[in-house]
Amino acid sequence: MGKVTPKSPLPIRIAALAICAGVGALLSRAVLAIPETESGLAPLVDANLEASGVKNAVTAVLLNFRGYDTLLEIAVLMLATIGVLSLSVTQKGTWDPIAAQADPVLSALARFLAPVMILVSGYLLWAGEHAPGGAFQAGSVVGAAGVLLALSGYARPAWISRFALRAAISVGFIVFIAVAIGEMIAGGLLLQYPADLAKTLMLLVETWLTVSIGAILVSLFIASASPAEELRMRSGGER
Amino acid sequence: MTASGWVFDILLVGTLVWLAVRALAEVKLFKAVVLFIAFGLLVALAWVRLSAPDIALAEAAIGAGITGALLLDAVGHMRGRAEPYPTSPDAEKSSGGDADG
Amino acid sequence: MSQTDLYTLAGSTLFVIGLYGLMTRPHLLHKVLALNISSAGVFFVLVGIARRIPGTTPDPLPHAMVLTGIVVTVSSTAFALALAKRIFTETGTAALDASDVDVEEDAGG
Repeated sequence: MGKVTPKSPLPIRIAALAICAGVGALLSRAVLAIPETESGLAPLVDANLEASGVKNAVTAVLLNFRGYDTLLEIAVLMLATIGVLSLSVTQKGTWDPIAAQADPVLSALARFLAPVMILVSGYLLWAGEHAPGGAFQAGSVVGAAGVLLALSGYARPAWISRFALRAAISVGFIVFIAVAIGEMIAGGLLLQYPADLAKTLMLLVETWLTVSIGAILVSLFIASASPAEELRMRSGGER
Repeated sequence: MTASGWVFDILLVGTLVWLAVRALAEVKLFKAVVLFIAFGLLVALAWVRLSAPDIALAEAAIGAGITGALLLDAVGHMRGRAEPYPTSPDAEKSSGGDADG
Repeated sequence: MSQTDLYTLAGSTLFVIGLYGLMTRPHLLHKVLALNISSAGVFFVLVGIARRIPGTTPDPLPHAMVLTGIVVTVSSTAFALALAKRIFTETGTAALDASDVDVEEDAGG
C-alpha cells in the first residue's frame, strides 16, 4: 500500500479547480439572475397564516403547510441515529460518562446550567407559536444540555433505561405519524389538521418532536464518542 | 441599508470565506476543526444579519455546539496530523489486516 | 448589488470551496468539514433568496427548509464521523489514498 500523499496529485487538483470554477461561475450567474419581484410563496403563507393555528410563519410552514418535510426529516434523524448506534463498538447508546475525571468546576457549572437549559427549551417550544422558536430550537437546546452533562462526567441516571432512551428517540416520529393517520381516519387528508384542533395537535407533535430531537442529538454524540476507558487506554498507549 | 451595515456584511462574508479556505487547507486536524467551529459561530451571526432569528437560534446550539463537540471527539479519536498517516498505535494492527485483503 | 446578492454570491463561493475540498483533500475528516461548508453555502443562498424583495418580511418557506437542513446536516455529520472513526479503528488510517482504489473495488465486488 502506497504512502498517503500530503495532497492529491497535481492533475487531479487542476481538474478539480476547473470543475469548481465552472460550477462557481454558473451558480453565481444563476443566483444573480433571480428577479427582485414577488414570485415566492410568502404571499400564500401570509394569506393562510390565519387558518394554520399558529402566528409564527416558520412554525406554520414546518408543522402545517410542509408537514411532510418535517415528518420525513424526523425519520431521517431516527435512521441516522440507528446507524450511529449500530456502528458504536462499545456501549451501545448508553449514557455513560465520557470524561474519566471531570473538572469539578465544569461539573458544578453543568449542574447549574442543565436545568436552566431545559427551562429555556421549554420556553422556546412554547414561544414558537408566535415568535422565533419551536421544536427544532428547543430540541437542539435539550441536546446541547445532554452533551454538556456527558462531557462533565455525569453518568446516565439509573431511571433512564436503554429502552427508555430508544423510546425517546422514536417517540417524535411515532406521535407525528399517529396524528397524521388520525386526521385521515377523522375524514381529512394525511397531515390536514382540523381547523379547531390545529393548535393543540401541532403543540402535541412539537412537544414530542422536542423530546426526540434532544434524545437523538445526545445519542448521536454519546454513542459515537469514545468512552472514558478507551480514551485512557489510547493516551496511555501513546505516551 | 446603512453604510456601516454594508461594511459589517462585507467583513463578515469575507471572514467566512477566509475561514472556510483555512479550515480546508490546514493539515493539522485539530486546527482545522477549531477554524471550522469559528466558522459555525460566524454563520449564526450571518443569520441574524439576514433577519432569520429562527435559524440563528438552531445554528447557535447545533452548528457551534454539537457539531463542534462531535468533530473534536473525532479528532481525539484519530489524534494528530491529517497526513502523512498512519502514526497511531493502531497502525500495527492495520498492516496485518491489509495482508489478508 | 443588494444584501441578497452579497450573501447568495458568498453562498455560491462557499459551496464551491467545499466542493473543491471534497474532491482534493484525502482525509475523511477534511471531507466531512468540506461537506459542512458546502451545506452552509446552500443555506446562505436559500436565506439570501428569502429576503430578495427589499422592505418586506422574509419568505418563511426557505427559512423552514434551512432549519430542517441544519438538523439533517448535524445527523449526517455524526453518522459520517462514526463511519470515519470505525474506518480508523479497523485500518489505522482515515485518509483515502489513490493507490487504495483497486483494493476498495475488490471489497465492493
